[in-house]
Order: sequence, then structure tokens, then C-alpha cells
Amino acid sequence: MALETSSAGVAAVSRPLRWASSRRLTPGPTGVAWLFVTPFLVIFAVFTAVPAVMAVTLTMTDIGVADLRDPLGVNFVFLDNFQAVLTAPAFLRSALNTVIYVGIGVPVTMAIGFLLALALDSGIRRARPVFRAVIYLPVIANVVAAAIVWQYAFTLNGPINSFLADRGIAGPNWLGTPTTAMIVVLLLTIWRTTGTCMVLFLAGLQAVPEEVHEAASLDGAGYWRRVFQMTLPLLRPTTLLVTVLMSVMFLNIFDEPFLLTEGGPLGSTKSVAQWVYEQFGFGNISNAMTGSIVLLLGVLIVCVVQLRVLRPKQ
Amino acid sequence: MNRLHVVRASGLYLVLCLVSALMLLPFAWVVFGAFKTQGEFTANPGGWLPESFANLQNFVVLFTEEGFGGFLVNSIIVSAVTVLANVLFCSMAGYALAKLPFRGRSLLMGCVLVAMTVPYVALFVPQFLIIVQLGLVNTLAGIIAPMLVMPLGVFIMRQFALSIPDELLEAARIDGAGEFGIFFRIFLPLLGPAIATVSIFTFLASWNFFLWPLVVAQTEDVFTLPVGLAIASQQANTTAYGLLLAGAIVVLLPVLILFLFLQRYFIQGIATAGLK
Repeated sequence: MALETSSAGVAAVSRPLRWASSRRLTPGPTGVAWLFVTPFLVIFAVFTAVPAVMAVTLTMTDIGVADLRDPLGVNFVFLDNFQAVLTAPAFLRSALNTVIYVGIGVPVTMAIGFLLALALDSGIRRARPVFRAVIYLPVIANVVAAAIVWQYAFTLNGPINSFLADRGIAGPNWLGTPTTAMIVVLLLTIWRTTGTCMVLFLAGLQAVPEEVHEAASLDGAGYWRRVFQMTLPLLRPTTLLVTVLMSVMFLNIFDEPFLLTEGGPLGSTKSVAQWVYEQFGFGNISNAMTGSIVLLLGVLIVCVVQLRVLRPKQ
Repeated sequence: MNRLHVVRASGLYLVLCLVSALMLLPFAWVVFGAFKTQGEFTANPGGWLPESFANLQNFVVLFTEEGFGGFLVNSIIVSAVTVLANVLFCSMAGYALAKLPFRGRSLLMGCVLVAMTVPYVALFVPQFLIIVQLGLVNTLAGIIAPMLVMPLGVFIMRQFALSIPDELLEAARIDGAGEFGIFFRIFLPLLGPAIATVSIFTFLASWNFFLWPLVVAQTEDVFTLPVGLAIASQQANTTAYGLLLAGAIVVLLPVLILFLFLQRYFIQGIATAGLK
């Protein structure tokens, strides 16, 4: 269908007369360009630029829910909020949890994603699209729906524990115990993000020229030695991209722990993002914004470090 | 040598089948659970298959008593408006950024990249304050507004626009076509695959978006499906899994059906995002 309309579009070029009249009514390329970018510009200004400026300014005030009607009535407290947030035990706990999520989640997801991409790229032609689709499926699944299934699966007498019981293992109270709750949250998150890693690595692998593999195998190098000494260095740009993408995703983790455990038990799975959400819900708007700025700084630092360490060698 | 190859290939298939089974397992539980009665859950909490797939009681309750009809309508409105707005606005911006030379173009491109990378959690609090000022709290408009022009959509459109030869547009310009004519009659019809990619990705983003609708929507008549489902799961006593899993099917089904037919564009969206 697209083809049909496009040929109509090209055909229209040969009808200059009808268009000549409309030219006078429309502004030149520069004016039109600005007109075309206006919708983006408006939404960007209202929902990205202004909020960014607000976030930075309002973290230095004592804005609370009472100030919503009169935002100019706030007092400036400068960096007091940062001191308060960075010394609050609940915030520090959520920061530690988030570091654990990133520290375990990112490498595990990337390793699984890479191995799956490798498996799909190593000569199996048949059923490859099917495997790729199935592994990618959790990425597009709604997180609320997914969390409900996982909650159900990991209930005390649910499918997982009765599976274990059949083999004589007494399953734990998964979501009621801090360590296992965190494991379940991580499992759900890994399930949901592996597909993204796999697709990106697969795209990277398919861009590696066939001759490179052939040359290496003629050299007599073993499979895994080839992976580590040839494939991984060639994939450096992809690895960088996936690392940054996954780190940002895991640093901002909110949905999975919030929906699975509501951050519990006793805040043991609460992420920084959920801490921000809760402070916001309590009306501590300045605290919420300060927390999110701290998180943003964390994201920035992690990204810059990764860009430096993993930057492709010249 | 050849036998070794066969052994390796079957090993690979085995591993891939196992992984696929693990990936699909939660979906199987959704489908099985949605058709179970409360009695079945209590009698056999660890069981898998329902007694009958013809038991639609959970869905009936969902739509007649739990308000899921309204949530579904809200979700459809939010996604439809988001997709249409993004297709139009993103292609306009992408066209200008790729094909029209103007002062400030690289600055604007910078804005797109910044907007793509700023983590959402850093922005939702001030965004909410703005929504308050605009009087859009607890409205569908408030849920939709920040998603009207997604930066990733602009980026995808621009990348695609770059691949369209300048000569084509130049020829039309020489023939006396106006800029709007060029955009709507020549550029837009050539944009098919990019439009498909952006539609899919903005549909997915708006359909699955959770945090922002959760913040903006405050009464049931504004809930989208994910919000309604999440609130139901937090309110319901923890054993009402039949209902909740039926709700999960309602949320999952449209996306799964689309994925079945348009898989290529889903994965293309990710791959294009990876190109930045």
C-alpha cells in the first residue's frame, strides 16, 4: 500500500501548476522548518526543559504540598535538602538496594542476553525467528500483569513451592523474606530485560563480517577463544550501548519491586525511585525532587564512567 | 566432524527450547489461572490446568463489577491519541531535522537526544506540578500530554528521513511544490516503515506506561488498564488470583496480538534505538 501511494506522490511532482499557487501561501523552508518542529518544541519545553529547571531550583527550597497553589511562597534552603536526604536511613537503604539491583541485574541480564544472541547467531537457521520472538516476548508484556503472575507463582502454596514440595524441598516464603524477595524482584526484572539485550547483541553479531569468523577458525582457534578474543572486542560499541542502557534501566527500577512487594518486607526491596514516589505521595515534594536529582547524578556518573572505560579504541 | 556438528546443534536447540519454555511459563500461568474459579485456587493452590477453559466467570465479573470496561476505554483513548499525535508530530519534526536546513537545527537535535536520555524518574515530580498548574490533574489529557511527541519517535523518523534522497524533494521544489505539499504528498507516503515502527513503539509505551498514569489518575473513571489492575491487586485480598489473572489477560492480549503480526517492527524499534 505504501508503494502505491508513493508512486502517486512521485507522479504528483509532474503537476507543477497546481502547486505553484500554494507556494505563495506557505513560508520558505526556514519558517516551515520551525513550524514543523513546534509541536516537539512545545512538549519538550513544557515537559522536559521546564521540569528540569524546576527540579534543580526546587531541590533548594522547602516546597511542600501546601505550596502547590502558591509556588512562589517557598523558602530557599539551598543544600539542606541534600544533607537531609543523604543522611536519611530509609533513603540510604533504598540506595543500597538500587546498587544491588544494578550490580547483580546488569551483568546477569547482559550475560544471558549475550549467550542467547551467540546461540541464535551460531548457524541455526531453522526456528531462529521463533526463538527470538519468544525470548523477546517478556519485554513487551505489561509489567503490572507480569508482576501479578509472579506474585501468584511465588505465593506460599503456589505453583513454584508445590513444584519444590513434590521434590521434597520446603520452599521459602519468597516475597515475605528480605533476601528471597529481592531474588524474585531480580528474576522478574531479568526476565523482562533479557530480550532487549539479546536483540541488541544479535544485531551487533550479525554486523560482524563472515570472513572474520572464517579466518579465525582457519587459524584453529577454539570456539570460546574466538568469542573472547575476536567477537567481544569487535562488539565493543554494542556492549557499551547495552551496558549504558541496562544500567540506566536498573538504576531507575520502580515498577517491579513496587508491584511485587511494595518495597517490603521492611523496605528491603525498595528502590530509590520508589522512595521518591513515596516522598512525593507524602507531600514532601522537596525531598522527592532531591532524591530524584541524586538518582539523576548517579545515572550521569555511571554513564560517564562507562563511556570512558568501554569507549571504542581508536 | 559432521557428527560433532549435529551434537552441537541439538545441544543448542535443547538450551534454546529450555530458555523459551522458561520465558513462556508466566504466560501459561496467566492463561491457566484466568479460567479458574476461586474454589479451584483454594482447593489446589499449586495446580496448573483449570477444570474448564469455558469458565468465563472471571471476565464477566471484571467487566460488570470491577469497572474494567471503563479502564479499557480509557487505555484505548490514551493509546489512540498518543499514536496518532506521535505519527504526525514526530514525522514533521524528523523531516525538518533531516531535510530542512535551518539555524538552530543541531541545537534542536541536541534537545531530542537529551530528552531521550533523561531518566523518567527524575522528571515526574515537576511534571506533575506543571499538570497541576495546567488544571489537568485526574484527566486523560493530563496522562496523554507528556507523551504527545516522544523524542525516540522524532529520532526514528529523522534516521529514516535521512535515507530518502534529497533529489526527490529537490525535484518537487524545482517544480514549484510548496513545503507542505512536499511533506504531505512526497515525504509522508515514503515513510511507511518508519510510521509502522513509531506507531508500534508509541502504542507499546502508552499502553504499558504505569508510573505516570498512576500519579495523574486519582479516581476510577480516569484509570487506565495497568493502573486499574495494579490498584485492584493491591486492594483485593491476596487470593483473588483468578480475577487478577483474567485482568492480566485483558492487558496483555492486544499487545500480544499485535506482536504476533508485526514482530518485525517491534524489534526494529529496539534496533533503531540502539543505533543512536
